[in-house]
Amino acid sequence: MKMLINVPETVVADALRGMAAAHPELTVDVENRVVVRGDAPVAGKVGLVSGGGSGHEPLHGGFVGPGMLSAACPGEVFTSPVPDQMVRAAAAVDSGAGVLFIVKNYTGDVLNFDMAAELAEDEGVQVAKVLVNDDVAVTDSLYTAGRRGTGATLFVEKIAGAAAEEGQPLERVAALAKQVNENSRSFGVALSAVTTPAKGAPTFDLPAGELELGIGIHGEPGRERRPMMTSGEIADFAVGAILDDLTPRNPVLVLVNGMGATPLLELYGFNAEVQRVLGERGVPVARVLVGNYVTSLDMAGASVTLCQVDEELLRLWDAPVRTPGLRWGM
Amino acid sequence: MLDADFFRRWMTVTAASVDREAERLTALDSEIGDADHGSNLQRGFRAVKDALEKEPPATPGAVLTQAGRLLVSTVGGASGPLYGTLLRRTGKTLGEAAEVDRQQFAEALRAGVDAVMKLGGAAAGDKTMIDALLPAVDALGESFAAARDAAREGAVATTPMLARKGRASYLGERSIGHQDPGATSSALLISALLDAGPGDAEAGGGE
Repeated sequence: MKMLINVPETVVADALRGMAAAHPELTVDVENRVVVRGDAPVAGKVGLVSGGGSGHEPLHGGFVGPGMLSAACPGEVFTSPVPDQMVRAAAAVDSGAGVLFIVKNYTGDVLNFDMAAELAEDEGVQVAKVLVNDDVAVTDSLYTAGRRGTGATLFVEKIAGAAAEEGQPLERVAALAKQVNENSRSFGVALSAVTTPAKGAPTFDLPAGELELGIGIHGEPGRERRPMMTSGEIADFAVGAILDDLTPRNPVLVLVNGMGATPLLELYGFNAEVQRVLGERGVPVARVLVGNYVTSLDMAGASVTLCQVDEELLRLWDAPVRTPGLRWGM
Repeated sequence: MLDADFFRRWMTVTAASVDREAERLTALDSEIGDADHGSNLQRGFRAVKDALEKEPPATPGAVLTQAGRLLVSTVGGASGPLYGTLLRRTGKTLGEAAEVDRQQFAEALRAGVDAVMKLGGAAAGDKTMIDALLPAVDALGESFAAARDAAREGAVATTPMLARKGRASYLGERSIGHQDPGATSSALLISALLDAGPGDAEAGGGE
């Protein structure tokens, strides 16, 4: 598999150097792997720190800036960052108002953020944590690692980020983040497997005429394989799986998210089908976002995330944001 | 008796063995995980080997505590905190002693495995590193060779298991039929004890 890289070992550092050059408004510490908004710490403001394996860009580094994250910690490709990174990020963004860790529910991320929270608290930083676990494809039970954090991470980071920007206290920002997660559900499909730089070949074998339903964002296989379906059939399946789990009473935010290698032309076409299904099922839509936001390297496919919002959450969603990956109103 | 130099060699041999088996570990991980177990452990144990060679700690406990701390800081993923905790807790349990016998080491490693189970929430039979480590600890009192055999058998025995922890658990039934990468790397770690020498007779123990 051809890749636009030098060597696999330096892909993350190379990307961070390039990001630093493109975004002087951010402070990019390439050596220690921390991306911080340039004006941090902002007096009186709660700091928002997230992170995870690389390979999901623009998540998380591309969501650092006014109205969203204060800092992001990129790990190796598909590997959670280490506690040292989160501790450094927390120290850089804490103004004394405390720091919220936004953690996608994967065993590695949870363990490393937990260790980091203890260490940061030892250094006098008040830390709260919110876990994102929106993926309905995974059976949530005591006997599994639980649902994965996927597309809802964008909603959590945006809405909690807006609340923090307004100067809301840590307890309130954490409660809002939790509320967003509890009201969000996602479902993803893959049309092709993903190739990591370290392996250089697809991490699983997906025959040409098949698709994988319930895929994660790390090239981990999903739960079911079927012969290839049309965009409309996929929308019926994905939205159906979400609505089996969440019955929205309020309007929803809709994220139609590309996995990395699916063109916008296809994503918009898929969104038309998603909107059709939501219309048929009587789900009112408040806002729609279409694009590549929570990706999986070069995987083809898409995910749908719905987030049920009340007036407060919608107001915070609409609030100004200025980051490399998401920008409006400022 | 086992001194600091033995435990340093244990880490060096493990690093070499992880280097040798990295591709296999990554291949196993791509079946039921996310295809990075080999490269992540390689990065971690190389860092451990380099640090221990540069400034060798004076006691067995200090060697393992430092190795564990380095794994946490360099590996990432779940493996970093889990392997880091295993070695750190084992090291802390060994305390300040300049030399320990194999029984003392077995008891300390048991404390390390208990800490890993508490941190990761895994039990025997969940298709994780625990399935190689628990039988190894049980056999360690007998000999390093027995521990190696037990760890290897434990790793192979994960193949028919249904994964209940970690990324493989997302697959449900489809995790069955694949050997667990974490149990496989744990078997490498335990096997390295034998190659780190001294022989079992010199290491002492209860028999």
